[in-house]
Amino acid sequence: MSASFNARNAVAALVVAGLVLLPLYTSLSGNVFALTLFTRIVIFALAAVSLNLIMGYGGMMSFGHAAYLGIGGYAVGILAFEGTGSGFIQWPVALAASALFALVIGALSLRTRGVYFIMITLAFAQMAYYVASGLARYGGDDGLTIYKRSDFGGLINLSNRVQFYYLCLGCLLGGIYLVWRIVNSRFGMVVQGLRSNEARMQAIGFPATRYRLVCFVIAGTLCGLAGALLANNTDFVSPAVMYWTRSGDLMVMVILGGMGSLFGPVIGAVVYLVLEEFLSQLTEYWALIMGPLLLLIVLFGRGGIVGLLGRLDRG
Amino acid sequence: MADPLLRVENLVRRFGGIAATDHLSLDVASGELHAIIGPNGAGKTTLISQLTGQLQPNSGAIRFAGRDITRLPAWRRSALGLARSFQITSLLSEFTALDNVALAVQAHDGHSFYFWGDARREKHLRDKALAALTRVGLERRAGVVVSRLSHGEQRELELAVALATSPKLLLLDEPMAGLGSTESARMIKLLQELRREVTIVLVEHDMDAVFALADRITVLVYGRVIASDTPAAIRGNEEVKRAYLGDQHVVTSNG
Repeated sequence: MSASFNARNAVAALVVAGLVLLPLYTSLSGNVFALTLFTRIVIFALAAVSLNLIMGYGGMMSFGHAAYLGIGGYAVGILAFEGTGSGFIQWPVALAASALFALVIGALSLRTRGVYFIMITLAFAQMAYYVASGLARYGGDDGLTIYKRSDFGGLINLSNRVQFYYLCLGCLLGGIYLVWRIVNSRFGMVVQGLRSNEARMQAIGFPATRYRLVCFVIAGTLCGLAGALLANNTDFVSPAVMYWTRSGDLMVMVILGGMGSLFGPVIGAVVYLVLEEFLSQLTEYWALIMGPLLLLIVLFGRGGIVGLLGRLDRG
Repeated sequence: MADPLLRVENLVRRFGGIAATDHLSLDVASGELHAIIGPNGAGKTTLISQLTGQLQPNSGAIRFAGRDITRLPAWRRSALGLARSFQITSLLSEFTALDNVALAVQAHDGHSFYFWGDARREKHLRDKALAALTRVGLERRAGVVVSRLSHGEQRELELAVALATSPKLLLLDEPMAGLGSTESARMIKLLQELRREVTIVLVEHDMDAVFALADRITVLVYGRVIASDTPAAIRGNEEVKRAYLGDQHVVTSNG
């Protein structure tokens, strides 16, 4: 990875600086809405970063990634509902539940390739969606209101907007750092090699499935963290966060920003959710504008926004 | 004769009604360069794929270094010392030449569940990889992305990747395919050096190369072995002439 100055790195640095300084802007301008919006964006960016690990680097087109948002969220919500308010219990449970789910569906789905893999991950996520809808005790279809955010003692107060925002941002930057270390490690080389040419990797001695499965579990766990954050952000969790269109949103963020690039999913999440916010204020039919816009970027910007910036560098 | 390094016993592989490998038996002695020839469709690549584990036979056995490997997956055979090159170049095209070879070294250096350290900075991986690249004369192209290498360079890289796993047995599936005459000559020279270090099974269409290199030649026709002998004996074998050269003769005399 070159540290030289180029448009790609400059935009990534700008985005990070903007995200870090955002609370300063909102406190000076009094624009609380921006903080609310960007808390949501940062959480979805984390989910997109986790999806990018399997989709962009690992070549595993999972169409069920939103399931972990729900699993992480329900872990927090159900524990809060049952009287366990401590984040030190809620969050590890959220991560463990997501990891376990990823392990089980990964072990089954990774036997398939291509379209079958897309369909089977979609099916598992929809299954999770219907299971959540059937949880009558926890609100069923209507979802579950969380009356008290995760309690981390005196360490951090999640009900404080700025503190919560920085917690989310910290998780996002931590997640990106983790992915960066992973993709350059021995493990990451193997996973990317498998994306490139599986037969070759097996011929030189790598058991493909177990490396893919571990990668799948890491990504699921990281997205479970985003789910725990999201539930705290909305004080609510419902089956809707697991619906297949949510998984589609995450895929779009990754593709829009640039698959297999470190900051691509973050840029994708910012652009996608900001556009969604503004277009939906303009018209009810905002998807009619968003759709063609996405098509244009995918058609003309192979490698997403980050890919476009890369071409800018080469002139 | 000591136990052979590779022993194939009564191997059968059918695709629908066609037996691509038909009760095939074959011995490869340690240290020899064993060529497998045969007309198109004789089942040479099918055989190689069964030897490396990409394809499962319907029946029969494959023994390698005294061990039954018939049902082992490809990656385990690689761990035992079986390496292959592909007939159609099969590399990690968006990785550099050095990365391709370093991954092969890494595959034989314990497990790869290390998530933190930078693999490209692991000196012993890079050193070994560079040594394998040097072996095939590609050391100056180490940092070049595979998709930017010439076809001939990619064939050499295939060889370097196989060598980097320190194999006991090298299965080469048409290493000369698509090479120009200068490149072919270089490849033959390279194989002549390598044969001193490692047992080689060579599948090749280039008869000049085969007769220049091989200690023994096995001739396949329709998935069966019709002869397995020294180059001189194969040259004089009537059945080989009929089956192998005769086919073309029939075609020309009819046309």
